[in-house]
Amino acid sequence: MSPSPSVQDNSANTLGISVLAAALKEAALAALVALGLFFFLIGIKTDQGPTGALVIMPRFEALAMIVGAVFTGSFLRALIAGNKSIMSRVELPAWIVPKLQWAGRFMGAAFLVFALALPFLFFNNRYVLDLGILVLTYVMLGWGLNIVVGLAGLLDLGYVAFYAVGAYSYALLAQNFGLSFWIGLPLAGILAAFWGVLLGFPVLRLRGDYLAIVTLGFGEIIRLVLLNWRDLTGGPNGISGIPRPSFFGLPFDESANGFAATFGLEFTPTHRLVFLFYLILALALVTNWVTLRLRRLPIGRAWEALREDEIACRALGINTTNTKLTAFAIGAMFGGFSGAFFATRQSFISPESFNFGESALVLAIVVLGGMGSQLGVAIAALAMIGGFELFRGFEQYRMLLFGATMVIIMIWRPRGLIATRTPSLLLAAGKAKSASSNRDGDGR
Amino acid sequence: MTEPLLAIRGVKSFYGNIMALKGIDLHVNEGEIVTLIGANGAGKSTLMMTIFGTPQAREGAVIFDGRNITRLPPHEIAKLRIAQSPEGRRIFSRMTVLENLQMGAAIADPKYFADDLARICELFPRLEKRMNQRGGTLSGGEQQMLAIGRALMSRPRLILLDEPSLGLAPLLAKQIFAAIRVLNERDRLTVFLVEQNAFRALKLAHRGYVIVNGLITLAGSGAELLQRPEIRAAYLEAGRH
Repeated sequence: MSPSPSVQDNSANTLGISVLAAALKEAALAALVALGLFFFLIGIKTDQGPTGALVIMPRFEALAMIVGAVFTGSFLRALIAGNKSIMSRVELPAWIVPKLQWAGRFMGAAFLVFALALPFLFFNNRYVLDLGILVLTYVMLGWGLNIVVGLAGLLDLGYVAFYAVGAYSYALLAQNFGLSFWIGLPLAGILAAFWGVLLGFPVLRLRGDYLAIVTLGFGEIIRLVLLNWRDLTGGPNGISGIPRPSFFGLPFDESANGFAATFGLEFTPTHRLVFLFYLILALALVTNWVTLRLRRLPIGRAWEALREDEIACRALGINTTNTKLTAFAIGAMFGGFSGAFFATRQSFISPESFNFGESALVLAIVVLGGMGSQLGVAIAALAMIGGFELFRGFEQYRMLLFGATMVIIMIWRPRGLIATRTPSLLLAAGKAKSASSNRDGDGR
Repeated sequence: MTEPLLAIRGVKSFYGNIMALKGIDLHVNEGEIVTLIGANGAGKSTLMMTIFGTPQAREGAVIFDGRNITRLPPHEIAKLRIAQSPEGRRIFSRMTVLENLQMGAAIADPKYFADDLARICELFPRLEKRMNQRGGTLSGGEQQMLAIGRALMSRPRLILLDEPSLGLAPLLAKQIFAAIRVLNERDRLTVFLVEQNAFRALKLAHRGYVIVNGLITLAGSGAELLQRPEIRAAYLEAGRH
């Protein structure tokens, strides 16, 4: 029996009304929550009264504006999206996917070429070079943490500790024993790796939230020790006068045996900056190369398997203890390398540079980039650090924008910008179906 | 009588202070399929995990090929060529089928890899078509095939299978059981099978044990157990076939 047209019409009408009602309801609820949330934050403020004492001043107009904005936004969203949850993944149109994949293949190479050419393009622009060095430092830190968090799936909130260990190792070795950067660098890496293993032991049995808490504590312990062990670390005053790196023994100065004089160039401080840029680029590329190599070796595969399922790993005869410890050690080693680089670049370090904010920033880079994706982490580092700089003018709203961007990315790309995992081993083409089904999202 | 391949002697296992296994005795001879059947929470999976050393038995002994393995860590146990397909399949869902199989071969000599891969493709032709597909995108039956295939990649002498028919359509469960029979008859693989699907398991197995509340209550040949009225009442008529 087919329904008569009038009935159909009627049902469509009620559907429209129900959507409208649902949207209103949702908007009202959101506005109520906003009212409760912002009443004390925005609705009232303390001010100096006529007698000099603090008085509470209402700011109800501002509160009303915020609540109104929340109501409108939530109402529009509910109307447009209907019953679909805001959490639903944004599906890209079909025609764009192969093009994106095509672009993605060359993106890494394009980035690399750009990075190599950057000192030539902006030779006279100190600001850009400095920013480039900063971004690359975070790319390297991100790639280092990616081994621990992205590959092995061990949530580490104290990664900055290894950065600090590396920086202080190099600084102290250089100051007390006169070691050059090129000897201090590997030593800093080894010492950081040692601390990585030291952290690894007590947390072997921990996973997820519990692991995160302990690593968070570890990061704070290292910082507090650096802050309070005045005899060794100089406490809050830090260590200054850390030797700058030389170009195979040639210092970057105006002396006759300096870099510029030896190569018959006119002296400019930019030479050192360019050298530092290529140094961190090389260090970062080594990190990337090692990670990509390790992924194809049994240990790297074991990391990824560990991230997926620890119990299954044990059932397959994988020594989970060693697997975790190597992940911590190697991740920490790269943190130590970047720490040593940081120390030599700044020539001054203090515990202030190694607070929890740094750990959080590096972790945010890894998560936003897509855990385990090298390219994603690089893009995220560029976006985060570059973005920070871009909005330097809007100092006040920077954190707001930063937070909003993160929320939006996590809603639309819950597994990071590049969530696709590239298999480390593929059956020869033709023998099997293509890997097109390797896209992200298995409903978890 | 020859020494059994796997012997479990008076094993008691605990989760915290709760005794999950209250003194289990059983053995598996080389070349046999032995099944352990029991209800939910009877201790089937616990026994499976105890053989593998997580948790370790607090009392009693697990003997494999004449060697006491009770106190060995799991990765050492696996190196003695005991493989396990754990409960709930536990395949690596973001890794491809091929990578899953590669992980299974983690402790095996790499020179056998190609051969073993071919053998598993022959046993489970459905996997061959999906080699480059992510494990998480497989159907339940295919995932089970992958879990068994992954365990086989370590070239085991003894394979422990924990509920391979769990959540599978009857036809797929049948295929899985047929594959187990092939492995046993053709490759002389010894199988210790934990199952809730008592009917199929007992039909397949040479011998069976029934576990109730952490204790073995019945033992006998598969055919014999199938005829026992208490089994029929508890596991067959009331349960699924």
